[in-house]
Amino acid sequence: MLGKLDWSAIPFDQPIPLGAALIVFLAAAAVLGWITVKGYWPYLWHEWITSVDHKRIGVMYIVLAMLMLLRGFVDAIMMRTQQVLAIHGPGYLPPEHYDQIFSAHGTIMIFFAAMPFVIGLMNFVVPLQLGIRDVAFPTLNSVSFWLTATGALLVNISLVVGEFARTGWLPYAPLSETTYSPGVGVDYYLWSIQISGVGTLLTGVNLVTTILKMRAPGMGYLRMPMFCWTSLASNLLIVAAFPILTATLAMLTLDRYLGFHFFTNEAGGNQMMFVNLIWAWGHPEVYILVLPAFGLYSEIFSTFSSKPLFGYRSMVAATLFICVVSFMVWLHHFFTMGAGADVNAAFGIATSVIAVGTGVKVYNWLFTMYGGRVRFDTPMLWALGFVTTFTIGGMTGVLLAVPPADFMLHNSLFLVAHFHNVIISGVLFGAFAGFTYWFPKAFGFRLHEGWGKAAFWFTLAGYMLVFVPLYIVGLLGMTRRLQHIDMDMWAPYLVVAAFGILVMIVGAACQITQLVVSIRRRDELRDETGDPWDGRSLEWSTSSPPPVFNYARLPQVENEEPYWTIKQRALEEQSPDDEESYEPIEMPRNSPTGFVTAFFSTLVGFALIWHIWWLAIVGFIGAYATFVVFAWRDHGDYEIPADEVARIDGDRKAAQLAWLRRRERVA
Amino acid sequence: MTDIDSRIDEDLDRRDSAPGEETITEHEPAGGLTGYLLGFGLAILLTIASFLAAQTDLIYQPAVISALVVLAIAQMGVHLVFFLHLTTGSDNTNNVLALAFGVLIVALVVLGSIWIMGHLNQNMAPMSAHQAEMMP
Repeated sequence: MLGKLDWSAIPFDQPIPLGAALIVFLAAAAVLGWITVKGYWPYLWHEWITSVDHKRIGVMYIVLAMLMLLRGFVDAIMMRTQQVLAIHGPGYLPPEHYDQIFSAHGTIMIFFAAMPFVIGLMNFVVPLQLGIRDVAFPTLNSVSFWLTATGALLVNISLVVGEFARTGWLPYAPLSETTYSPGVGVDYYLWSIQISGVGTLLTGVNLVTTILKMRAPGMGYLRMPMFCWTSLASNLLIVAAFPILTATLAMLTLDRYLGFHFFTNEAGGNQMMFVNLIWAWGHPEVYILVLPAFGLYSEIFSTFSSKPLFGYRSMVAATLFICVVSFMVWLHHFFTMGAGADVNAAFGIATSVIAVGTGVKVYNWLFTMYGGRVRFDTPMLWALGFVTTFTIGGMTGVLLAVPPADFMLHNSLFLVAHFHNVIISGVLFGAFAGFTYWFPKAFGFRLHEGWGKAAFWFTLAGYMLVFVPLYIVGLLGMTRRLQHIDMDMWAPYLVVAAFGILVMIVGAACQITQLVVSIRRRDELRDETGDPWDGRSLEWSTSSPPPVFNYARLPQVENEEPYWTIKQRALEEQSPDDEESYEPIEMPRNSPTGFVTAFFSTLVGFALIWHIWWLAIVGFIGAYATFVVFAWRDHGDYEIPADEVARIDGDRKAAQLAWLRRRERVA
Repeated sequence: MTDIDSRIDEDLDRRDSAPGEETITEHEPAGGLTGYLLGFGLAILLTIASFLAAQTDLIYQPAVISALVVLAIAQMGVHLVFFLHLTTGSDNTNNVLALAFGVLIVALVVLGSIWIMGHLNQNMAPMSAHQAEMMP
């Protein structure tokens, strides 16, 4: 009846996971109880859970990402402390638990923290920057989000019911085959990644379609903001690369569930094919994450330097160059697997060449600041922290791209320090920069500057304190994923790294305090005009938060910086715009399709992990029935009458007019 | 959609339409019922030709594989033109680019994988024929 599931699945004998699960469970129960007592369920259901508004979905993606970021961060804290406590000793994490921790850390950070954060930002910003009212397929967007949430839920269930994979964040065969991993850990990995992978792929299709097909009138390709360009490249990579991941994991699933031999040791399987295929997805994935961050840094450098972006066209070219070349370098993740010098040299050179694209971008950002009037607000600080530390990470990357050097450094902490160095400054700083930059647009008030700056400096210092020692200890020969340490020589560096993570904890605490303080003082931080940073692209032309339809009239775009043009014209003419006629607007109706599909997908995933076949069939039928019901819907749109649009837009105009009057008086 | 929206969409769509949205005119070779019948006929012909090439002596034996590859590519072409309505027209730019990008990525991954996987024994000591037979 319940497949492999019984009471032994719950780790009653292990206090750490059980205690952690209890805390999470109590916190979740407290939040749910608070919502029930306050009677917020109808609001949540109508305004958020069933929402197909790209802005709301973007916000929900980012909330999910932040929760998972905290979870992954706790794993990181446990690893750093374990390595200090386990010098000549057992530490506090037994090997089988420690292995789950580092696997969960990587899986959660990449798939459920970084990806949702980046996708959430793209979801929120891209339609606003393109000057349109929603993405191409709004309900599909909601389905994507809820499938990602399903994956995250399954990973977190593994904390208390059963176990997580002990294979590392990419389940290398044959370790991940049933011979060596008979438990449910790898199955949790497989099904949570497969289900959220469907969501990611759908997002990719959705955003590519949106960017190619739905730009505001006059916005040709070479007038799109840089963030839209990098989002386009990133989503093209999603569409091209995620099927490789799905197929590879499907083959591993067939090995595990139906006794196939794609990647087994015996019967003609080839485990090296797994490594090859997973990295054919894995390297583009790196750029899927970092390209949108490059785009938003471009927006930030230009806005806070009060200058147009330097070298717009070279930036577009560099983005597309990276987009294609990212599919030509994947072997550098396994130089040591046995390929000869020809292959290694070819991929080593390709790897060095891809750095040229990034180099072009770095120089463009520097020249954007050169001669500009630079303002050091929090988003700009994150961007400056990025450009300095990312360059260090990029240079150690070029070092690792040299195959003979890689033979020495492969699997060492030098490698770990390198990829954290690029991914933290590239993606995490980017996520925080974008979060601070677009927060006023999403909620109508700015984040507190003081706490934001504190969060930046503590995070930057902590991050350097953790990873500079890891570079050194990697050069001293320490390999990654060690559960206990017998070398005294490494001890001081590990202690400094552990101290560094303490500083990062302070940074994270500042980040949370910033959010709380900003919400409490929202009235004094209010953004009245919709343009808190003196922005240049279209999203700043509408009110903060934007109305559900984003723009009362679709803006007419004449150049690369449409809002800057509108603003200058308004300043000259001393009036925002005098168009008085409005048309009714049709918007997509909210739909529970995404939530219901995800509910059934959770059942399918959980049932397949525990071999509860009847439940899997029930869940699959349920998900399919939801799709049929959605496909047979009678009306998907509702109309906002013209005078309602006029009323909402009138408020925006009044606020902008008041701003113009203030500017006039100051001048 | 309102009139304004659809007019704007038309403006955008003149150059790049989504699959299924473009107007298939009778002037194209792939248009209308004739187009589908023509495509169907060509596809059948190419399939029969493949079977003939593989199972008879019509073609010089070592060349059979090459013939099958050529016929398969022709088959893909027929499908693209007659069933997926891929044309060189300006309304098809996105579709052509998407196809080109897809072909490029598939080629990179497949050829790259073959090259890598075929190279993995490079650093092994040379084996005698007897040793090779003993390999699992």
